[in-house]
Amino acid sequence: MTQGEISESSAGPKGDSVRSDLHVAFQPGEEALDIGVTSKVDYLYGEAIEAAARRVAEAFGVTSGQLTVTDAGALEWVILARCETCLRRAGFDGAEVLPEPAPGADAPRRRERLRRSRLYIPGNQPKLMVSGGLYGADGIILDLEDSVPLAEKDAARILVRNALIALDWGGAERMVRINQDASGEEDLAAIAAHNPHTVLLPKIEGVAHVQRAAAVLADHAGEDAAFLMPILESPAGIHHAFEIAAADQSVVALTLGLEDLSAELGAPRTEDAWESFLARQTTVYAARAAAVQPIASVYPAIDDEVGLTGYVRRERDLGFDGVGCIHPRQISVVHREMTPSADDVERAVRVVHAAREAEARGLGVVAVGSKLVDPPVVKQAIRTVSLAVAGGVLAEDWDSEG
Amino acid sequence: MTTKLEKNAAGRLVPSEVNGCEAVPFQGVGGHQPDGRRAAPTIASCLDYPVDGDKRASSLREAFERVGLADGMVVSSHHHLRNGDAVANMAFDTAAEMGVNDLMWFPSASFPVHANQLGHLDSGVIHHIEGSMNGPLGAYCSAGKMRGLGVLRSHGGRWQAIQDGEVHIDVAVIAAPAADPFGNANGLSGPAACGLLGFALADSVYAEKVVVVTDNLVPFPCLPWQIQGNNVDVVVEVDSIGDPTKIVSGTTKVTQSPDRRRIAELAARFCASSGIMRQGFSFQAGAGGTTLAFAIYLAELMRAEGVTARFARGGSTQHMVEMLEGGLVEYILDGQTFDLDGVRSMRTDSRHQDTSPFTSYNFHGKGNFASMVDVAVLGATEVDLQFNGNVVTHSDGRLLHGIGGWQNCLAARCTMLLVPSFRDRIPVIVDEVTTLCGPGELIDVVVTERGIAVNPRRQDLLDAAADSDLPIRPIEELKAELDRLCGVPAKPPLSDQPVAVVKWIDGTVLDTVWRVD
Repeated sequence: MTQGEISESSAGPKGDSVRSDLHVAFQPGEEALDIGVTSKVDYLYGEAIEAAARRVAEAFGVTSGQLTVTDAGALEWVILARCETCLRRAGFDGAEVLPEPAPGADAPRRRERLRRSRLYIPGNQPKLMVSGGLYGADGIILDLEDSVPLAEKDAARILVRNALIALDWGGAERMVRINQDASGEEDLAAIAAHNPHTVLLPKIEGVAHVQRAAAVLADHAGEDAAFLMPILESPAGIHHAFEIAAADQSVVALTLGLEDLSAELGAPRTEDAWESFLARQTTVYAARAAAVQPIASVYPAIDDEVGLTGYVRRERDLGFDGVGCIHPRQISVVHREMTPSADDVERAVRVVHAAREAEARGLGVVAVGSKLVDPPVVKQAIRTVSLAVAGGVLAEDWDSEG
Repeated sequence: MTTKLEKNAAGRLVPSEVNGCEAVPFQGVGGHQPDGRRAAPTIASCLDYPVDGDKRASSLREAFERVGLADGMVVSSHHHLRNGDAVANMAFDTAAEMGVNDLMWFPSASFPVHANQLGHLDSGVIHHIEGSMNGPLGAYCSAGKMRGLGVLRSHGGRWQAIQDGEVHIDVAVIAAPAADPFGNANGLSGPAACGLLGFALADSVYAEKVVVVTDNLVPFPCLPWQIQGNNVDVVVEVDSIGDPTKIVSGTTKVTQSPDRRRIAELAARFCASSGIMRQGFSFQAGAGGTTLAFAIYLAELMRAEGVTARFARGGSTQHMVEMLEGGLVEYILDGQTFDLDGVRSMRTDSRHQDTSPFTSYNFHGKGNFASMVDVAVLGATEVDLQFNGNVVTHSDGRLLHGIGGWQNCLAARCTMLLVPSFRDRIPVIVDEVTTLCGPGELIDVVVTERGIAVNPRRQDLLDAAADSDLPIRPIEELKAELDRLCGVPAKPPLSDQPVAVVKWIDGTVLDTVWRVD
């Protein structure tokens, strides 16, 4: 393997407050490669840590110099990622060093699914990723964009790639938010082959952005390419909302980012949110027109459960299918508020039963009692029923006796 | 030092002699019957005490001289002032000034502030410690630097050891937030108010000599007398018995960690689903981040289902007081008061009762409260596939915590350990605990962020919760998930030199803590 200029490098956080992460430093030298490990868990995992570092060094053809690992209880996929980042930064090149796949890493993606809640997790904080799948969010977003500083984009890419492989996300949709433009394409190159279900595209303003991302994904993953969820975060994006939603068949949902939008509008976010009313309404209309799911922005105040409740109700009533979450505490509130009322469920179950009966009997018209029911009402009833099952207010086998 | 070791009923190697006394190895849960009579101090006489009731000495040194502090004695202290305590340090500083050596320190618990005693261990003033050791004291003991063996006892076990005469206290030093010149004392008022003095009660009754140290002397009578002056030899007034900011907190904080909150919520939902939470039930409360969050989720579920508890036992906090005042709990049986609201409530509300290890925990009595509690939620450093628990050592064998009331609370009708499945890659669910502190037959449920494991011995609980949507999983399955996530840990080698023993609630030796280099 030919290597360019090799320089000293490092990766990962340092200091007493670091937990479940590590710092790796490389110092070039003539002597045979020496791997030094200090770790608070060395009595249990010292050899395993050194073996992981050695595995990466071998993959990158590193035979000399000093590799120093200062570990604070990181899991193996994190150690592999930090070592890989460090050696790439030093100027070495080599094949990706991938962790053992978790059960569920190959869970299939589904176009139609509940997207009530999606939990954002910063792409450079492995400690926050480990339990991400436990909180019951419909989707987990490993974020490479706003939560990751510019100088850490390369590190986050590798961490997110390894997290997609090594962590069990439960039944959650496996999502990644990438960066814009060239940086975003590097993100896609790193993750495309590792079964992201859906990629969030930030600050989309036109059709070309979406199609470019779809093409890059198809290059990397062919038919297995991920779905897309464009994020509208500017007046121009809102202006082109429908074309964006309909830009490519891989688009499954459309969402908007109110923080950036407010900044561009020059209208700060308020409690009533009139400043973004048109943007939110437009997003719902555009998504519905393109037959994709409209998804609302995040609610920024983590401790304000009352505020969040009001926010979810308002967005739900505007037609949104889900909202973003920035803390696990928000998930149960979102699910509660997205779950239909007992009356609505009862009515919906009657409609769905009637529709099935009509279909079984070859009738073109659905009737509940003496009232005729239109097809859109049936469609809405099916959605209500699935939200009720997901929200735990209707048994999964609700139609078993009917 | 050569120590004869034998295998006890739990299969653990334990010394047959501890600090010169013969020790009974653990005989299994319920396997040991005590005999004989309780210990007692020498009969005292009013002839030797002032008729006006004024027992004051001008300094701690004078007090020690009056009670005859001498080489080799056992000196006790207590942890109701927690990390704000100044009295235990003051006692040994004074002993050092007097040139007294080879004392055994018998604290009800030690805190980081007591790192002061390291100097006294080095200089020979303290021979060894029988009581919880953590931080620098734990490291000192773990490294094998202490001259005698550490003896770790539960709060109930400490009462049992004193009462049964295993430990005869020569001089008890009791820090009192309020006291009168006769020696009546309580923890309810004064700058160092801490609530109750229950941990010092056994010492006041059984010690040969009792010294009360206060910074808040009130004229006779000091009411209520949590400590009775009739048991007290000397009263000493000092400027300050401790740092109030480190004794009780203004408010007790609930954990913000999503994982810990999830653990607490799962535990509360388990109580509701399995029928433990029913009208008139009782529970053990704590002030740890996760157990506090448990009580808050439990309160929410109680409100939703219209259920109230007859009593809550354990530590009191602002939250417990709110439950009492809001009618969710009828009585608080308080073993330790953690914040200012708790102190205020104990002072003013007769439904908020102070308790002691005698009423709550002592196994060699005519029953105790611990076994009458429906559910106790506790922490642990490790739990193994047999549901055995460890609460005193880290996975490397180093002393980390005291036992506190942990062992005693295992007597509850349902004992739940609320633990993260791993901490910084170190698995909490292990093949075999490093140090055995609680036999698995007494531990019913382990709640982690990754699922709930129910002890197969508790088929009744498994049946009761079968219809819930809780993530109930075999403990082996949780362990396998951790092995995959964290990697299978290496087994750290332990030395063969005992540095401390863990006593069971009946005074038998449950396990050994070995030297760690």
